[in-house]
Amino acid sequence: MKYKTIWELFLTFMKIGAFTFGGAYAMIPLIQREVCDNKKWMSKDDILDIVAISETTPGPIAINAATFVGYRTSGYLGAFAATFGVIVPSFLIILLLSFLLTDYQNIRILRYAFWGIRIGVLALILKALVSMFKKNKKGIFAYIIMASALVLTAFVKVNAIFVIIGCAAAGLLYTLILRKEVRW
Amino acid sequence: MILLKLFLTFFKIGAFTFGGGYAMIPLIQEEVERNGWLDSQSLIDFIAVSESTPGPIAVNLSTYVGAKIAGVPGALCATAGVALPSFIVILIVARIYEAFRKSTVVNGCMTGLKPAVVGLIGSALLSLSQTVFFPAGLNTAILGSVSFYLSLLLLFAMTVLAFKKVHPIIIILISAAVGVVIGYILDI
Repeated sequence: MKYKTIWELFLTFMKIGAFTFGGAYAMIPLIQREVCDNKKWMSKDDILDIVAISETTPGPIAINAATFVGYRTSGYLGAFAATFGVIVPSFLIILLLSFLLTDYQNIRILRYAFWGIRIGVLALILKALVSMFKKNKKGIFAYIIMASALVLTAFVKVNAIFVIIGCAAAGLLYTLILRKEVRW
Repeated sequence: MILLKLFLTFFKIGAFTFGGGYAMIPLIQEEVERNGWLDSQSLIDFIAVSESTPGPIAVNLSTYVGAKIAGVPGALCATAGVALPSFIVILIVARIYEAFRKSTVVNGCMTGLKPAVVGLIGSALLSLSQTVFFPAGLNTAILGSVSFYLSLLLLFAMTVLAFKKVHPIIIILISAAVGVVIGYILDI
């Protein structure tokens, strides 16, 4: 019985991985439909937990969500099956493409297509940037962090990892100063 | 040796990315350029491919870089590297979920991390724009070229579509079609 669930976790997350386009936020509704509505592994409220936990831990949101659902449903093996499942379709498709897309720069029509596509990608990143900005808390502290992260990585050329560590430390310090009651 | 390097590099990228695939772009950009694995033009091309193929963008990018550098074993090492930090951290956090969610330390760090991600993506956007619009650095010659103004126009049009919530794949297809038409007309 237990192994049947693990196999189903693998298949379900493989399906989720194969049918999500455009990153993790497109994946959440799919996870909800499969995991809550169809398989009833988790409840609707749990979806909020999945999103919250995936956003506050490092790494790709899709992998965090798969590992979390798999673990909650059937322990370590479940976590592994779900994570492996969500990765497999991407991995195979991209591997195939990486062999096909070797000298696209020398094919005239592809060179032109990618000239256009690069600009389309800039538009998509700009859109993502604005929606992330809107989702953020407003306030002087947030704006200072945004501006410092931008200036330090783009102009001072500080390593992004140091900027991330520094900003986390600044956020922690700021929160500890503002709060009286601290829960470790 | 290169396999270990791929694994460790992508492990580091996986461990320090917060908030999804786009937040990973500045880290990947820094690492692939420092190691000479991809130039920023190929990186943008590949972000486009990752957007138009199914699955998490982060997994797509690591598989691709790994495959380019060291074939199938490289793809395996890079993808395992990027997924492993997530996997380990989630297994720990899932057991102490309530404490983790209410922890002042975690929430405090997030107060700094969320806006930091906005700044980092802004920085990635700046440097990718420079690659697209001024591939040979800032110079005045570019201001005389027709393709420069056409690309600004295309950027404006695609940004409008993106904000009208047109699906990313449609935006990529339209930009590709416009690119092909402009390319053949101008004979770049």
